[in-house]
Amino acid sequence: MITIFRIRRFNPETSPSMPYFQEYKLDTERADTVLDALMHIRETLDESLTLRCSCRGAICGSCSMRINGHAALACKTKVQAMASERGVVQVEPMNNMPVIKDLVTDMAGFWDKVRQVQPWLQPAGQEPEAEYLASSESMNHLTGVMGCIMCGACVSDCAALEADERFLGPAALAKAYRFVADPRDGAGRSRLLALNEPGGMWDCTRCMECIEVCPKGVGAMDRIMSLRSRGIQAGVPSTCGSRHAEVFADLIYRKGRLDEPMLAARTFGLQNLSRLLSLLPMALRAFVRGKVPKSGPLHRAIPGVEKFRRLFQRMEERP
Amino acid sequence: MTTANEYDVLVMGAGLAGMRAALAAHEAGARVAIMTKVHPVRSHSNAAQGGINAAMTDRGDEWEEHAFETVKGSDYLADQDAVEILAQEAGREILTLEHMGVIFNRNEEGRLGTRRFGGQKRARTFFVSDFTGQAMLHVLFEQLIKARVPVFEEWFVTSLVKDADGRCAGLVGFEIRTSQFALVKAKAVIIASGGLGRVFEPSTNALICTGDGMAIAYRAGAALMDMEMVQYHPTTLKGKGLLITEAARGEGAYLLNRDGERFMKRYAPNMMELASRDVVSRAEQTEINEGRGVDGCVLLDCRHLGRQLIHERLRQISDEVQSFAGIDLTKEPVPIRPGMHYQMGGIKTDVDGRCWEMHGAWAGVPGLFAAGETACLSLHGGNRLGANSLLDTVVFGRRAGRCAAEYAREVPTPHVPDSTVGMEQQAVSALLSRHANRDSVATIRHEMGVAMHTHLGVFRDQEGIMAAKGTLESLRDRYSRVGVQDKGRVFNTSLIRALELGFMLDCAETIVCGALLRRESRGAHFRTDYLYRDDEQWLKHILVYHQPDGSSRVEYLPVRLTRWEPKVRIY
Ligand SMILES: Cc1cc2nc3c(=O)[nH]c(=O)nc-3n(C[C@H](O)[C@H](O)[C@H](O)COP(=O)(O)OP(=O)(O)OC[C@H]3O[C@@H](n4cnc5c(N)ncnc54)[C@H](O)[C@@H]3O)c2cc1C
Ligand code: FES
Repeated sequence: MITIFRIRRFNPETSPSMPYFQEYKLDTERADTVLDALMHIRETLDESLTLRCSCRGAICGSCSMRINGHAALACKTKVQAMASERGVVQVEPMNNMPVIKDLVTDMAGFWDKVRQVQPWLQPAGQEPEAEYLASSESMNHLTGVMGCIMCGACVSDCAALEADERFLGPAALAKAYRFVADPRDGAGRSRLLALNEPGGMWDCTRCMECIEVCPKGVGAMDRIMSLRSRGIQAGVPSTCGSRHAEVFADLIYRKGRLDEPMLAARTFGLQNLSRLLSLLPMALRAFVRGKVPKSGPLHRAIPGVEKFRRLFQRMEERP
Repeated sequence: MTTANEYDVLVMGAGLAGMRAALAAHEAGARVAIMTKVHPVRSHSNAAQGGINAAMTDRGDEWEEHAFETVKGSDYLADQDAVEILAQEAGREILTLEHMGVIFNRNEEGRLGTRRFGGQKRARTFFVSDFTGQAMLHVLFEQLIKARVPVFEEWFVTSLVKDADGRCAGLVGFEIRTSQFALVKAKAVIIASGGLGRVFEPSTNALICTGDGMAIAYRAGAALMDMEMVQYHPTTLKGKGLLITEAARGEGAYLLNRDGERFMKRYAPNMMELASRDVVSRAEQTEINEGRGVDGCVLLDCRHLGRQLIHERLRQISDEVQSFAGIDLTKEPVPIRPGMHYQMGGIKTDVDGRCWEMHGAWAGVPGLFAAGETACLSLHGGNRLGANSLLDTVVFGRRAGRCAAEYAREVPTPHVPDSTVGMEQQAVSALLSRHANRDSVATIRHEMGVAMHTHLGVFRDQEGIMAAKGTLESLRDRYSRVGVQDKGRVFNTSLIRALELGFMLDCAETIVCGALLRRESRGAHFRTDYLYRDDEQWLKHILVYHQPDGSSRVEYLPVRLTRWEPKVRIY
């Protein structure tokens, strides 16, 4: 099958050093991965094509790049599954990090954020003579997160990071979760306190991209949500984020629907007048576009809300 | 980073052996740094799937049994004093790893669980699902962050530097991102640069496993020992040669030939699929050669293990088989064949990682240490048992780290002229300035790999080995003329592959040298022209030294026996 690889290239040493696309035409086989193709290009067509790769088996995390717009491991992605009708596959470096050359990105920022979550076990009390006792379930649960190979795919495609680069991002937060959920770790509370700060667990916008692109099924966003509920359970001081989550659930429970003005008032607090006033333009725009319900801005409970509450309670009992 | 860098201990490599060594040296109070060509967690140790062996005496296992099975597995070429240390210190090391944070699988009581591996009667392999190496590697990296050990990340080491007295004085390398060279001085250097898998094509090893450290030590005067001992793993996927862990057979998978027969009963009636790797690989190759294979493969059958076990304990390989071979493990048997996997030989060290002998029984480089797959004590002799390599990296990584720190306390800072950097830089510039010809690094590497696989694989003979020798000579000649297309200074991977090829050719030549000399069949070294093990002549190690003119010199060392007399090996 003839495939055209449209590769975004960049070499800081040529001037002017602007990224550009270069196309390579290649005869690929059914079983070929994008990495096979890139290596073939590098070995037979153009030695200067630069990328990181090592294991070829989706375990070292070197070969993350954007393939047709989404981050993936080149060694785990089949050419056939990606080629468009015209037989084109587009390959670009990861997003949300600077490019060094061609498909190689600078991951220093990525590792800085991992370092920020103090990623090492901090047990409480005396070290036992033999191993720590831990349930098989808890350890099996952790293997799910420990499967993370730090390839950067989730960070590349994270929408929240694109908006605010101070956000710790899905990989570092999943790493943090790995310790918070480890029965042997004794620093859970202080970890949650740190994650409660701006840039931490409340900054995720739940766009699901990290879950979509993760080659190892780590489910970073789900881990971030677990961190949030553990934070609330542990009673870390409430932030706008955690209050937003609590008030959201409470309003739904009591009224059977979302009461936006109340949500804002209770999240920010009535005393925080300036913050509330800053929302007015948005409310007005919503009104102009007909997004405010006919009953007016003050929401009542929906009819039959009792039934809804019973449902809600049942859900709470069986998470 | 500038050339002003000076350390007590400098480690080349950040795989399990390198990081364990650095942590031990750090704990012993040394100023230590690491140079590594890839980020630590990208090191090849992450590929280890199955697990790590230890006889935990506090739960009824016996270290002597583990040691004996290792010696028997080695076909009696292992040095038994080293094996005893390995087996005795294993339990403690597993607990240390657990305390650091490795999330080993547990049994119902919440204690560490085990599985069975080849060549061993008892289940003594500890594991993390089927990504044990990755789980250990990431935890050691966590400890490295905690200890704030400086890492020269994505730095490519090109050579070892010695002072006027011939003592090790540091490493020269360059930062891949900028091509900037530096001499990093150190009183002691630990080489922990992993294996040489890519000398063969195909191989289970990652693309970065190019034997750099072995060649660098060899060129600097250290001995390479038992290089002919190359392990072929029984279960690798056709094509790229990706590995399916032995844990699959440990959990009960069968090997079948085209008639659906569990053929291992004819070769190893007691241990069946779990005989030692050299035995199983030879059995498979015999089935294939005698026409009982399927398209050059035999079949690995996991269907009877059940979906749940596969999901819990073999998840990574069931994903791998699905994505790389398009096969559902729970529904179909997988075609597999023996594939190059591990180098038993390597830089000769003593049981504390020293690459020199204080009383001169063998020559070497004072101040140089080695650990991990790149080193050869010899623990694995003619054939390594599955799950003994991870153990080797941590036990002997730790010992080398501690010993290097102690050594560094006693010696003064070595003096080396900074001009050494200039010389290295010139050599690389010369390579870069060569005009490209029709030939390419990739072609030479490929031809080398195929020749090695064809003539130094599961079965060998004089004629084949000589053919490989001839091929290597002509490839060496072509290598001296080949050009590099990319002339840039930023992240020039084209240059790196050219340098790696140079290291690989050195390694290949020593493998051929050992294989020609050893006129017997022992462990992984099976010669169809010398069918039997010959303890009278060959119960000894082959040490190869590099000569200034590029040729090699050979020495022999007797195998150190402690309590196990060589016997015929039956599985
Ligand atoms: C697929 C597979 C599965 C395996 N499964 C098991 C198992 O289940 N159990 C078991 O016990 N063993 C297993 N092994 C073997 C085991 O994984 C390896 O032998 C072991 O991990 C080697 O570790 P190491 O620390 O010596 O080297 P590596 O982890 O390979 O590290 C080498 C380091 O050296 C650095 N380096 C190399 N060259 C240079 C240079 N020129 N400049 C700078 N740095 C350099 C690299 O960057 C890297 O950091 C397996 C091997 C493979 C291939
Ligand atoms: S090459 Fe290792 S993850 Fe792709």
